[in-house]
Amino acid sequence: MTYNFAAILPELILVFGEPVLMLTASTMGARATRLTTWGTVALLLAATLAALFTTEPGTAGPLFGGLMSADPFAVYGKVLIYLSGAVAIIAADRWFGDDVLHGPEYPVLILLATVGMSVMVSATNLVTLYVGLELNSLAAYILASYRRTDARSAEAGLKYFVLGGLASGILLYGISLVYGFTATTDFSGIAVAFGRDEPLGIGLLFGLVFTMAGLAFKISAVPFHMWTPDVYEGAPTPVTTFFASAPKIAAVLLAARVCFEAMGPAVDAWRQIVVFAALASIFLGAIAAYGQTNIKRLLAYSSINNIGFVLIGLAAGTPAGASAMLFYMAIYTVMTLGAFLVVLSLKNAQGEPLEAIADLKGLSQTRPGMAAALAIFMFSLAGIPPLFGFWPKLLVFNAAVEAGLVALAVAGIVGTVVGAFYYLKVIKIMYFDEREQELATSCGPLEPIFIAIFALIVSPLGYLLIGPLGDWSATAAGALF
Amino acid sequence: MIGLGHYLAVAAVLFTIGVLGIFLNRRNIILMLMAIELILLSVNINLVAFSAYLGDLTGQVFAMFVLTVAAAEAAIGLAILVIFFRRRGSIAVDDVNRMKG
Repeated sequence: MTYNFAAILPELILVFGEPVLMLTASTMGARATRLTTWGTVALLLAATLAALFTTEPGTAGPLFGGLMSADPFAVYGKVLIYLSGAVAIIAADRWFGDDVLHGPEYPVLILLATVGMSVMVSATNLVTLYVGLELNSLAAYILASYRRTDARSAEAGLKYFVLGGLASGILLYGISLVYGFTATTDFSGIAVAFGRDEPLGIGLLFGLVFTMAGLAFKISAVPFHMWTPDVYEGAPTPVTTFFASAPKIAAVLLAARVCFEAMGPAVDAWRQIVVFAALASIFLGAIAAYGQTNIKRLLAYSSINNIGFVLIGLAAGTPAGASAMLFYMAIYTVMTLGAFLVVLSLKNAQGEPLEAIADLKGLSQTRPGMAAALAIFMFSLAGIPPLFGFWPKLLVFNAAVEAGLVALAVAGIVGTVVGAFYYLKVIKIMYFDEREQELATSCGPLEPIFIAIFALIVSPLGYLLIGPLGDWSATAAGALF
Repeated sequence: MIGLGHYLAVAAVLFTIGVLGIFLNRRNIILMLMAIELILLSVNINLVAFSAYLGDLTGQVFAMFVLTVAAAEAAIGLAILVIFFRRRGSIAVDDVNRMKG
């Protein structure tokens, strides 16, 4: 047993920073919120740097008797998670404004959730997986119901809690069966047992199906997506921004690690489930989005739709597929954070946040910059070339074709076309409808900078990133095989 | 002689009751919280039974983690239920209906 604490430096920074911030905040009175906001952002940036620079190749092996691993795959996930957590904290600062309900807890809860997520992406043991997942989920339930005087927020929290609890239960039941029939909770040991049984015994098969169902819930893949639109709509918009980015990355990476590292030899068994979930997510995400009137619900269906494409990369089951899905998650995070940041800045003349799609009417006349940015993000989410959102879709389809899943790739491409419609509808409303009310936008000094950076990344200029990001995601994916 | 199969059968029955309790219950959200607890306890029976059968302690350690997390989860669930009740004056499942689609 080796205790290499240097390898978990990012988590240590967050875990020890959090109580210090919370205790200091309790003595600060009115300025506490500001302190925890910028304190957590600083901690997250420090943890990002720690993840990037202190992890030497030597520390990438199993840590703490195989409970965790700080391999390039985990580092990739952590960097994305910490940065999107920081964006969600900064965006909340101005959005809540002087709301009496907004206190120093918000950044701290996000911090706790990010610790859970970084444990999720580093977990190489079922116990660590479960603890990380719950640390993330418990903080997320509270965040969803954060505006406690708002009936929709309370309802979102309640729905998220009940369905999230059910999903954890299903996942755990699967885990208990996997443990019972492989006699270990270690991913590499489980892989050995899965490789030994050919075909899979009934116990292992049940364990695999329940585990996949629980994970599908956490990444909101169809048919376990039903909580997503309600939670995204009801939760305060900065929280939705967070939910759409960091927990998605963590859950997708966790699912990838479980599929490849623990259940790798049983690829034919889980591929059927993943292919079904991928196609169902793509089509349901595209079709159910048509009738939506709330922009947050629309973006929820958009995230379901995008997760479908990510799962195509997983279904390929090859290093190229894994690398494509990591690449996809990075670009998806940028697009989704950008779109939500624009939504966050929309206010009516009284300063109340706007959420209806109809409120976007004539945005191009009042706020041409915001309208252009949202149009770029929407085109990119739809995967229309030359925007950068097209490239990760091409990568996952390419990986699927190389793995012999031609029919899946073709169905996915058809789904892209179906899904493009509702993104275009938003753009039509912004650019061609007459405006009905005075629109104001209000955001802090940093948000326009973020929006501009994200828009630049998804613009055709983003293709300059193909080299470095492609190499990085390939290295990260390589750690799984 | 009671063997591993009996324990697994009990756990499977409890798990099914718990899942059905969430989907069929239309009355009361507290019942849903109890159903979630039931699911977690069925998992614990599984873990401890496997642990005893395999002679491997990991399962029992895992069961301890599950118990701890379940306690935290129940506390958070009840807290959310309280703020929901303050807004709506009801904890009936049918009243959780502000958002649809």
